[in-house]
Amino acid sequence: MARMKFLCDADRCIECNACVTACKNENEVPWGINRRRVVTINDGKPGERSVSMACMHCTDAPCAAVCPVSCFYTTADAVVLHSKDLCIGCGYCFYACPFGAPQYPRVGNFGSRGKMDKCTYCTGGPEADNSAIEYEKYGANRLAQGKLPLCAEMCSTKSLLAGDGEIIAQIYKDRVAKRGYGSGAWGWQTAYRETITS
Amino acid sequence: MAVCTRVRLVLIAVALLVFAAAAAPVAAQQPSSVDPNAAAVQEQQLLEQLNRIQGLGTIPDTKSYVIEQPMGRVWRGFHEVWLPWIGGIAVLGMLAVLIIFYLWRGMVRIESGRSGINIVRFSAFERFVHWMTATCFIILALSGLNITFGKHVLLPLIGPSAFSSWSLAAKYAHSLLSFAFTLGVVLIFLMWLSGNILNRVDIQWLKRGGGMVGHDHPPAYRFNAGQKMIYWIVVLGGAAVAVTGYLLMFPFYGTNIADMQIAQGVHGVVAVLFIAVMLAHIYIGTIGMEGAFEAMGEGTVDLNWAKEHHSLWVEQEQARTGAATMQGQRSAMPAE
Repeated sequence: MARMKFLCDADRCIECNACVTACKNENEVPWGINRRRVVTINDGKPGERSVSMACMHCTDAPCAAVCPVSCFYTTADAVVLHSKDLCIGCGYCFYACPFGAPQYPRVGNFGSRGKMDKCTYCTGGPEADNSAIEYEKYGANRLAQGKLPLCAEMCSTKSLLAGDGEIIAQIYKDRVAKRGYGSGAWGWQTAYRETITS
Repeated sequence: MAVCTRVRLVLIAVALLVFAAAAAPVAAQQPSSVDPNAAAVQEQQLLEQLNRIQGLGTIPDTKSYVIEQPMGRVWRGFHEVWLPWIGGIAVLGMLAVLIIFYLWRGMVRIESGRSGINIVRFSAFERFVHWMTATCFIILALSGLNITFGKHVLLPLIGPSAFSSWSLAAKYAHSLLSFAFTLGVVLIFLMWLSGNILNRVDIQWLKRGGGMVGHDHPPAYRFNAGQKMIYWIVVLGGAAVAVTGYLLMFPFYGTNIADMQIAQGVHGVVAVLFIAVMLAHIYIGTIGMEGAFEAMGEGTVDLNWAKEHHSLWVEQEQARTGAATMQGQRSAMPAE
């Protein structure tokens, strides 16, 4: 089994937001929730970089560690998923998450946030693969169909990479070696406790 | 025609020269070994500066513009390691101390026995406020402890589905009862403030250990120094848990994720210490002292109890209501 990761090559991201749109469309994400978003750092200044960020499916995920009802689980492909049936909407995962991935369908006043929603790495949830109920609650399950997350699959500059960590790290290393520069694998140190050194 | 052609050639040559002259400085600014990454923002550098990375996005949700905040890991360490230890030691430690104390000291008796005369200690309103706050506190405490300890204690016993249903109900109870609890704390603050200002008698009371050891009965007004400590712990602790709780209940109203992590930390630590103190309060109000529970139960206490534990208050009460009334009550008792 692979160890699935995301890698955003910020030197290639052109801030087109197609990954955001693709994610919303593929997963029928509830209104107001963005499982993936593109953020530009130092916008308009020399050296600005855009990073597409979603749940990084951390090693030893903080969200899973702090969940008071233990509704998170990690798949054999190291994708971090959760059960909306067990989630109580307490908001603890969203205090713990370094990447702002967990979101709630309601504002959360009076503690009524609703069930948490986040990127599933296009892997659905605990329900039967590609069942209607799985799609309704969690969105697409492309991994079960042998496909990678749509955000990365359709990235026009191949800035956003998804797949086995070692393979995408090697692709990134080769790119950095060939072009002579790279602003690093954003979030990797925080999510996986490792960086890609070329 | 020949002149015309020559003029055109000259014009083209001049134009080329002007263009070349203008282009020269631009070319000079672009050396062949340019590094477009030289000024690029570096993740590690940004994290070291602010411990969080924020930029600009295009979706309306401005909160999503923060892309990385690794201090969530610190909060996780607090919530998963420190808080359970602090809470476990505080709550179980207090229980252990109380059990040992009870086995050693037993119930503090009314030494001079019951007089049979009752005097009013708490009005119906005071008792209502106390029990409203107390009921809310117990439910808030259990539902709060469930968030930290439930998955270790209860989840293995009843299974994930039942535990989630209970936790969801507990979460709603925790959020909604907080309003009655906060109201109770405010009323407690107002109605008992005058009796809980520290004075010289309290120093004496504390020096004599409140009479908990041996058969000492240091004088006290309506509230002794121990009760005053409980009062201020309830008022200040209650204010702390209420403020931090409402910050968490209304996310992003003047807070960001980092502030909410701090709010949760304060809320959790104050709450577990609060629970430990309230265990001691419950102990002394029930099995710890004879004649204490009826003060909050029926609202009256035995005169001898009051004389032993609140001698100065009894004097005040007798001066206020007139000692004659007391005497009258006493003479109603069978003489000799």
